[in-house]
Amino acid sequence: MHKKRIIPCLDIKDGRVVKGVNFVDLIDAGDPVESARKYNDLGADELVFLDITATKEKRKTLAELVEKVAAQVFIPLTVGGGIRTVEDMQLILRSGADKVSVNSAAVKNPELVKEGAQAFGSQCIVGAVDADKRDSGDGWEIFINGGSKETGIDLIEWVKDLEELGAGEILLTSINADGTKDGYDIEMLKAVTEAVNIPVIASGGAGKIKDFIDVFEETGADAALAASIFHFGEIAIKDVKKELEKAGIPVRIEE
Amino acid sequence: MIAIIDYGAGNLNSIQKALEFIGLETEILASAHKQEVEKYSGLVLPGVGSFPGAAERLKQDGFIEFIADFVATGKAFLGICLGMQLLFEWGYEELKTQGLGLLPGEVVKIESEYKIPHMGWNELEIINDDPLFKGLPARAHFYFVHSYQLKDVSDDVLAVVDYGTKIPAVVRKNNVIGLQFHPEKSGDNGIKLLENFGELL
Repeated sequence: MHKKRIIPCLDIKDGRVVKGVNFVDLIDAGDPVESARKYNDLGADELVFLDITATKEKRKTLAELVEKVAAQVFIPLTVGGGIRTVEDMQLILRSGADKVSVNSAAVKNPELVKEGAQAFGSQCIVGAVDADKRDSGDGWEIFINGGSKETGIDLIEWVKDLEELGAGEILLTSINADGTKDGYDIEMLKAVTEAVNIPVIASGGAGKIKDFIDVFEETGADAALAASIFHFGEIAIKDVKKELEKAGIPVRIEE
Repeated sequence: MIAIIDYGAGNLNSIQKALEFIGLETEILASAHKQEVEKYSGLVLPGVGSFPGAAERLKQDGFIEFIADFVATGKAFLGICLGMQLLFEWGYEELKTQGLGLLPGEVVKIESEYKIPHMGWNELEIINDDPLFKGLPARAHFYFVHSYQLKDVSDDVLAVVDYGTKIPAVVRKNNVIGLQFHPEKSGDNGIKLLENFGELL
């Protein structure tokens, strides 16, 4: 049976785990290697690292961090943040990541997704997308540069393009829902999961266990990502999984 | 010392790190030298890539004979993911390609109502118990990423997973072992299984 995945996201800034509310007000939340090990023990199905301050100089630091985590934690790791070239992808994958995620760089240069998929396989390339409702209320558009810059590009068109270019997965963050703890953006996720055939990771808005049940019952999402509620121990991953299983949603629980 | 075959495909670091994590010594082997068969207590064929590409590289780099010689010594040989698929006689990815032929069977595209590739965690259903499974929890899950599978649940299949269709997940015939999933990405269960493999060396 195919299992829905629960994925803690570790936003990395200067080598520490942080999580913002609406992308600002960053809070220091811990050491990445320790966090990763803890999440492995607590039953996380995968981990996502997003380096939110990645600059060219810092990419080497990120690679070293990935290498340290990968030597101790043996579950799939996705790493993103500042990845702009196939060489960047190679460095991060060689360091021990299983997948790389690309966001702004893919919007600016869609060929990056294609070249990455050709070089490393689609299963290695995650198309990360930040989106928000259009002011007109008609559909959604995507934002780049950490959710700060609107592009006018239609969300649905873009995720279809990503699939076509060779992305193996979509990591979809709703800017409106992110950090609110009011639940995932069901409407947006429904639209995206109906538009593509590749797995979609829901991101932004998780605040309580019911939010995870809702996102899997009401949308075609394959995985649900959350950060702050896990980092600060508000919700335990194993409790989320227990309730999901009770609701009839297949998850990885071991005895 | 365990040799990990490097045929230009895949990320060898993960499997190397996992084997080192459990205290086994490893060496990456980029080309085959006949005399080195003696040197290693175990051999690992990892795999990410395509069946025809990998088969071609193994041939070019002299690994076909090396593997046959190694297996003939009775020492443990482990194929992972594509590395497991290559153990069989034929692969049908892109074009019909000859595999290592160490085990009977054919590798075909997964036919399922679910998304392809089969990517994520799945629960192992053990059909023939084996020392490899020693110490695993009930409902042990492993991490899969693949689009092709061993076609039939043959006599060598020890465990399967359900993905709308039965997918052989663990095969073993004497010292030849194949895992369709990635033990190096399957958390504590993967580490346990690699430790059990280590016991065979």
